[in-house]
Amino acid sequence: MSREDWQSYLPRIEQLARGLGLRFHPVEFEAVPDSLMMEIAVYGLPVRMPHWSFGVRYIYQLIQRHMGHSRLFEVVFPGNPGHAYLSAGNGLAENVLVTAHVLGHADFSRNNLLFQRCQTQVSERIVEHAAQHARQIQQAIETHGIERVEAVLDAALALEQHIDVDQPLRRARYPEYAEPPKALPDDAFRRRFAALEPSAAGAGAAPRARAPVPPHPERDLLWFVAQYAPEMDSWERDIFLAVREESFYFYPVFVTQIMNEGWASYWHARLLREADFIGQQAYVDAIKCHSDVVRPVAADEQVALSINPYHLGFALWEHIIAEQGLEAAFAIRAEDDDFAFVRNHLTRELAGELGLFRYRARDGKIRVLEQDIDALREAILAPKYNFGAPTVLVQHLHADGTLELAHDHVLDCRGLDLERSRKVLGYLQRVWRRGVRLATVGEDGMELELSAP
Amino acid sequence: MGPSEETPREPPFSAAKWYELFSRGARDWLRHDEKVREAVRRHLPELISGGEIIGGGARTVRVPVKLLEHYHFRLRRAAEHQGVGQGPAKPGDVFLDPAEERAAGSKGAGGEEEGQVQLLLELKIDDIVEWLWEQMQLPNLLPRTGPSEEAEWVREGWDRRGARSRLDRRRSFKELVKRRGAPGAVPTFTDEDLRFRQLARRRRPALRAVVFLLLDVSGSMSERDRQLAKTFFFWTVQGLRRQYRSLETVFVAHTTDAWEFTEPEFFQVSGSGGTVASSGLAKVSEIIRERFDAGQYNIYLFYASDGDNAASDAAAAREALTALAAEASFCGYLEVAAGVSRHLQTETGRLFAELAAAGGAADSCVLAQFDDVWGALRRFFAAQQRAAEDT
Repeated sequence: MSREDWQSYLPRIEQLARGLGLRFHPVEFEAVPDSLMMEIAVYGLPVRMPHWSFGVRYIYQLIQRHMGHSRLFEVVFPGNPGHAYLSAGNGLAENVLVTAHVLGHADFSRNNLLFQRCQTQVSERIVEHAAQHARQIQQAIETHGIERVEAVLDAALALEQHIDVDQPLRRARYPEYAEPPKALPDDAFRRRFAALEPSAAGAGAAPRARAPVPPHPERDLLWFVAQYAPEMDSWERDIFLAVREESFYFYPVFVTQIMNEGWASYWHARLLREADFIGQQAYVDAIKCHSDVVRPVAADEQVALSINPYHLGFALWEHIIAEQGLEAAFAIRAEDDDFAFVRNHLTRELAGELGLFRYRARDGKIRVLEQDIDALREAILAPKYNFGAPTVLVQHLHADGTLELAHDHVLDCRGLDLERSRKVLGYLQRVWRRGVRLATVGEDGMELELSAP
Repeated sequence: MGPSEETPREPPFSAAKWYELFSRGARDWLRHDEKVREAVRRHLPELISGGEIIGGGARTVRVPVKLLEHYHFRLRRAAEHQGVGQGPAKPGDVFLDPAEERAAGSKGAGGEEEGQVQLLLELKIDDIVEWLWEQMQLPNLLPRTGPSEEAEWVREGWDRRGARSRLDRRRSFKELVKRRGAPGAVPTFTDEDLRFRQLARRRRPALRAVVFLLLDVSGSMSERDRQLAKTFFFWTVQGLRRQYRSLETVFVAHTTDAWEFTEPEFFQVSGSGGTVASSGLAKVSEIIRERFDAGQYNIYLFYASDGDNAASDAAAAREALTALAAEASFCGYLEVAAGVSRHLQTETGRLFAELAAAGGAADSCVLAQFDDVWGALRRFFAAQQRAAEDT
C-alpha cells in the first residue's frame, strides 16, 4: 500500500460522488497521528479552549484506547472548506472508505438546513473560530491568571448545553420597557363610551413601565449570564459567548447524528460499489471495514443494549432510497433532523427487521418490553431532547441581582440530581457574584429550592 | 460546479507537526492533577493520620483519589429507565444489566459510569510537611545570644573589581551612560564602567532552639499508643527541621529508667516495665545541664505518655517538671489514650494542668486516634497565633 495510491483515488471518488448528485464544499484532508485523533475526539474540535475537564475525558480516552476499544478512522468538520482528519494509521482500504465517508458528511453538512443555519450564524470556518477562542482564553489566562479564568470556564462549560437554538446566535437584549398597551380602536362604541365618562377615557397615557427581566422564562442560560450578570467583566462575558458559539456549532452535530452517520455510511458503501477504478483487494478490505462500522452488535455479544447510530441510520437511508428514490432522500437530508427522521421513517416493519427492542432496566435486571413502535421511537430520541440536558430556565432577575432559576420538572418528569445541581450553582455563583437560586423537586415530588451561597 | 479539482491541493501528509510537540490533552490532564493536589491538600488532616508513613524510609505517600468530575445539571437517577437495544430478544426476556454488574464489581452504589477510575497520587513527604507547617511555628521563640551567632553573606555595595558572575549590568550600563555624556568620551564599555556587586559578612542573633521529645515506653503503653505518639513526633520533627535552621532535637525514652536515643532508634524503640515519669524528666534536665545552656537556647519539651505514673513518683515528678518548666520555653503534654475516655484526669495529666494553671508555658492534648494528630499539631504550634488573635 502507499499513500500515493490513496491520493490518486481521491479526485476520482469526488467526481463519482458529484456525478451521483452529492453537492459539497471542497474538503481538505490531513493525516494525523492517533494521538491527535484522540484529542480531537476529546475536545470535539482540533484546537479548543483549555479546561481541566477535557483532561479528565482525555484520561478516559487513554484508558479506553489501552483496552483496545474504539479506534477512530476520521473526524470531519463542516465548513467551506471542510476539514477532514484521517488517522495516519489507516491502511489503503480504510482510507478509500473514509474518503467516501467524509464526502457523505460534507454533502450532509452543506445541504442540511440545520447545519446551514449554524454555518451562516456561527461561521463557515468553525475550526479556525474555535482556535481563535482558544487563543483569546489563553490571553485571558496570561492577563487575569488561571484561577479566575478557570472559574469562568467552570461555569460556562457546565452550562454548555443550555442554549436556545431557536433564537439567533447574535441576539439583542430584551426591550427595556414593557410594550405600551395597544391603543383601542376608535369606533362608534368607543366614542359613546368616552362621552359617558370623560375622565376614565383620558387615563390611557400611563407612565412607561420597565419590562421584567426576563420577560419570559429564558432557556439560553449562557446568553442570559453574558448579558445580564451584574458584576462580570467584559472578558468574562466574552468567554461565556465563546462557549455559547461553540455550542451552537455542536447542536446540529448532536441532533442529526443518526441521519448524518447513516448518510455518510450509505454513501461510502454506494461509492465503493460504483467505483470500478478501485482494485479488487482494496474493495474487499474496505467493505470488511464497512461491515465493522455499521455492525449493530459487538462481535463478542449476542444482544446490544444500545443502538449503533451508523447502523440505524444506514438501514433507514437504504430503506428510504429503495422505496422513494434518491430525490426524496436528498429532500429528507436537507429538511429533517433525527426527531423527524426517526419518527417519519422508522416503521414497525423496519424496526422488526432490525431487531430493535425496547427494555426497562430496574434493580440490575433488564426486561424486554412489548413491541410498540411509537414508544420505541421516543425511547431512541429521549436522550436527544433539549441538547441532552434538563430544562433549566431563568425565571427572574431580582433587583438586588439575585438570579432565580427554575427546573421544569413537569416536562422532565422528575427532579434534578441535587448534589450535582448544587455544584453547578456553586460554579455559577462564583462568576455571578450575587445569590443564585434554583427551584426543582425532590425525590418525594415536593418543591424545593437550592441556593448558593 | 466544484472548483476543487482545479485548485492545487496541499499534499495531505506534509502537515505541520505542532501536534507532535504539544498535547492539549496532556496539558489539561496536568491541570486536572494540579487541582487534585490542591484538593488533597485541603484534606491534610486525613492524610497525615496514616500511621504507616513514618515506618519506612520512603519519602513519598500514595493516596488513591477519584478523578474530579465537572458537574452539569442532570436529572436524578430514576429507579428504572428505558432504553433501546438491538438483537434477537423477545418481549418478556430478562437478563442482567452488564453496567450494573460492572458497578457492583467495584463496590456498590453511586458508581456513575465515570466514577470508577481511581488515580494513585504520589505526594512527597516534603510537600506535605511544607503544607502542614505553612502556618505553624514554635511557641514563645525568643532570640538568644551566644557564641555561635549565625553569620551569613549579604550583598553590600559595589566595586570596580570582582568576579564575573557578580557583574551588575544595570549599574555598569548607568556608568557608561554617565561617562558618555562627557565630550570626547569613548562610546563603548570600558573597564572603568564595570561595577561588581560585593558581599559582606553579617552577623545576626541566632534563634537557637532545642526540642526534647520524651516518650513513655513502659509496659502500659500499647503498640498502638506508641504508634500514635510516634506519628505526632514524626510530623513535629519534620516540620521543625524545615522551619528552623539551627534546631537541635533530642530523643529520650523512659520506663522506670531513661535513655537518650538517636532518631532512627527512637522511632523503633519499645520497652516494658513500670512508669516513672521523674526519671525521664530528670534525664532531660541532665542533658540540658550538660549540653544546652538555658541562656542560649529556647528549650521545648514534648512528652507523650498514657499518664499512668507510679503513685510513689508523684512528688518527684512534680519537682522535676517544675525545675524543667522554669528553664523551658514551653512544655507540651500529649496524653496517648487509645480508647480511654477519662482524658487528662491521670497523674501526669494533673501535673501539667497544675503547671499551666500556675502560669507556666504548658499545654496538654489528648491523642485517642490517628485523626487527632492534626489537632494536636495545631494546638501546640499554632498556639502563638491564637494568642495573638485573642489580644
